[in-house]
Amino acid sequence: MSAKETILQNIRANKPTEAAPLPELDFEPLTFDDLAKQLGEMVQAVGGQLLALNGKAEVAAKINELYPDASRVVCNVPDCGLSGDDGCKAERPHDLASVELAVVQGEFAVAENGAVWVKNPRNRHRALYFLAENIVLVVDKTQIVPTMHQAYERVRFDEPGYGLFISGPSKTADIEQSLVIGAHGPKSGYVFLV
Amino acid sequence: MGHPENAREFTRDIERTHWHDQALWFVREKRDRAARSVPEWEELRDQAARIKWHTMAHLDRYLEQFEANAKAKGIQVHWAKDAEAHNRIVLRILQDHQVTRLVKSKSMLTEECGLNPVLEQNGIEVVDTDLGERIVQLRHEHPSHIVLPAIHLKKEDVSDTFHEHLHTEKGNNDPTYLTRAARAHLREKFLAAEAGLTGVNFGISETGGVVVCTNEGNADLGAGLPRLHIASMGIEKMLPRLQDLAVFTRLLARSATGQPITSYTSHFHGPVEGGEMHIILVDNGRSTLLGDPTYRKALHCIRCGACINTCPVYRRSGGHSYGYTIPGPIGSTLGAFKDRKANRTLPYASTLCGSCTCVCPAQIDLHQQLYDHRQEIVKAGLLDRKKETTLNLAGWLFKHPKLLELGGKVLRKLVPRLPRPLVYNRFNPWGEARELPEMPAKSFKELYRERKGRQP
Amino acid sequence: MRIGLFIPCYMNELYPGISMATLEVLERLGLDVDYPLAQTCCGQPMANSGCTKDLKELALRFLRIFKDYDYVVGPSGSCVAMVRSHYAQFIEGEPGFDRLKERTLELCEFLHDVIRVEKFDVSFPYKVGLHNSCHGHRDLRLASPSELHIPCYNKLENLLRKIDGLELVTPQRPDECCGFGGTFAVTEKDVSVAMGNDRIADHLSAGAEVMTGADVSCLMHMDGLIRRQGKPLRVMHMAQILNGEAPDGAS
Repeated sequence: MSAKETILQNIRANKPTEAAPLPELDFEPLTFDDLAKQLGEMVQAVGGQLLALNGKAEVAAKINELYPDASRVVCNVPDCGLSGDDGCKAERPHDLASVELAVVQGEFAVAENGAVWVKNPRNRHRALYFLAENIVLVVDKTQIVPTMHQAYERVRFDEPGYGLFISGPSKTADIEQSLVIGAHGPKSGYVFLV
Repeated sequence: MGHPENAREFTRDIERTHWHDQALWFVREKRDRAARSVPEWEELRDQAARIKWHTMAHLDRYLEQFEANAKAKGIQVHWAKDAEAHNRIVLRILQDHQVTRLVKSKSMLTEECGLNPVLEQNGIEVVDTDLGERIVQLRHEHPSHIVLPAIHLKKEDVSDTFHEHLHTEKGNNDPTYLTRAARAHLREKFLAAEAGLTGVNFGISETGGVVVCTNEGNADLGAGLPRLHIASMGIEKMLPRLQDLAVFTRLLARSATGQPITSYTSHFHGPVEGGEMHIILVDNGRSTLLGDPTYRKALHCIRCGACINTCPVYRRSGGHSYGYTIPGPIGSTLGAFKDRKANRTLPYASTLCGSCTCVCPAQIDLHQQLYDHRQEIVKAGLLDRKKETTLNLAGWLFKHPKLLELGGKVLRKLVPRLPRPLVYNRFNPWGEARELPEMPAKSFKELYRERKGRQP
Repeated sequence: MRIGLFIPCYMNELYPGISMATLEVLERLGLDVDYPLAQTCCGQPMANSGCTKDLKELALRFLRIFKDYDYVVGPSGSCVAMVRSHYAQFIEGEPGFDRLKERTLELCEFLHDVIRVEKFDVSFPYKVGLHNSCHGHRDLRLASPSELHIPCYNKLENLLRKIDGLELVTPQRPDECCGFGGTFAVTEKDVSVAMGNDRIADHLSAGAEVMTGADVSCLMHMDGLIRRQGKPLRVMHMAQILNGEAPDGAS
């Protein structure tokens, strides 16, 4: 008998028989009066910063202001006036190791925890989000949901792929509980609301 | 050596014990603040418990569905009935791809299976990329906590280790400096790796994908740079649907470190371009645990570590005192279930205070399980002879009130008359650090009888 | 209302003063209290260690002795928790057990929930730190555990606030375990002692002159440490404070 069959047989013999329906939410999750404000506070709490812009056209100018010395910038946000490098010409993700700034399209943000859902099916290399020394996530300001419950209503994986919630820059507190921003991934993380 | 002996060693340095205790209590406080920021916290815990209970009751179906959906996404699925099988499968996959350099992100499952030595014996370099795990790896130690592997180390210890292995400045203890050094060192490892192995926080049956939560981004670099991604998953990590993740992602990081969510919550649903993704479903005793009504709820564990942080015994004895892959309350119940004899001191490394049960996001009845394990340990004849005899004697005495009264009278008359060294010596473990209660002249029963006698 | 007084085995032998204070507190409220002399032990020390072979007999004995009272009241959260939470394993289904379970209460919860005492005619002009003993706290829910996100309450504090002159001080960790844990105090004595010492230090830092609680086991363990080290903290059971005793008269 294959390992699969052995395991499944063992499970069938042992699993609890008491009725156990899959529960639906029977409570109202947390809401916020001002989603953008809550999002801003939480992005800051997780080590990032939220900036509200007046449209995608302002992205390029803001980037130049915040990262004037960034020489290698990758951007996959359409119509924001930034460099033509969207990271997809690199044959291998390793070629993105010197990226100083990734400007990335986020689909929506979650107010309760400062997270941004990043899917970008056309992004060729997932590692981009982690190799870049700094990251800016660009999100439409009308696309903010209060909690993960509403967030997962919008997440689908019918096709193969990859998606993630990014909340702030990378960080660690593994050395005597001292928080250090910038572990293996980006060491700064802006969220631009456009 | 069982927990008591190890704990004795640990507490010899009482200042360091205080430091360790305070560091973990700090994490517990962060967890409390995070929990209190969510008005529906207790309802979320309730939901989590019910989702897990349902999933376990239909685990076979969910696993089969998961496999089918994963395969449809081009993911290869393997089944491992035990630790050896898991290690063999990992080794085979790596050897098939001529891998000699593997990067690994945090996976308590791979610790449980003892994976690293097997790979190393077969000429494969394994680099643990979680900063805490890399530190303990360089020191040839085991992690002392499932979420904070190096919590037992001070920055001076890390500095010494990095000076030795990464050639950082001697005596430079600055955490930022040390972290940057680790980042540079591990970046090289990521770029040179030929395969990445990750653990799995949650498997999603309806989509066939796996979710990995990190703060450092190491799992994603490990899974995104090399073309070969292996994900090792305990079968109990299964969840039915994407929407169930909402409950768990709201509970996990808040319970673990007090953060609202980890920096990265990555949903892997297929390999990278030109690559392969493998998921190994591991049983290793889980389906057996599933069959035990007393302990099966331990399978609901999402490995957040909240029980470990809150445990007053863990905080003052450290993870290495438990001698098991996972320490603290959840480790003690899992360990005692896995091997009652080897881990027989673990259910007793607890005052049954119940704090663990109160913080567990999945509402596992942890302290009740430790209580229940004790009965099985006694039935198996594994309790310390002296202790068992004393307690059985006490039990017998309590069934004979007249003898009990007599015994009490003797004790109360005799003990105050004995010279101190006869009372306080190595046969009196209580008396090592504590005074005995003062022996009263009369018992309450005697006083009550006299009082009644005086009443009209 | 006829009350059966349940005095834990070791309190009978070693703490008759606190036992008497419990009786007096109840009688002063005009309650009819009987102390059945046949009682010995609820079985907790054995059960906690996993030695359950005598438990059925001890539980049946307890049931036999106490089943006809309207309430069974005892000055011990852990012993009462034994009856309410752990006896079912041994005597579930025995006639009278369900009623016994409902009617067995710890002293403070009885005074708070059943008698609803409004005032205690005593004065206790001292700074008091409350030790929330774990079984009473998390099992009987005498107060809201700090781990849970539920409305805050504390029945013992509510009672203490009714006492003239008493000033409650709050330690930094209001419900951390003291480390007694039954045989744990002896088998894991190093951690037990470390935990007890930390509680004491916490209370002293908060400015407590007296430490109180509803379980003599915890108090006995911490008092043992206090007396060995000569720390300036008096230990008294809730019953003694509610009975109007002064710290110096503690038995």
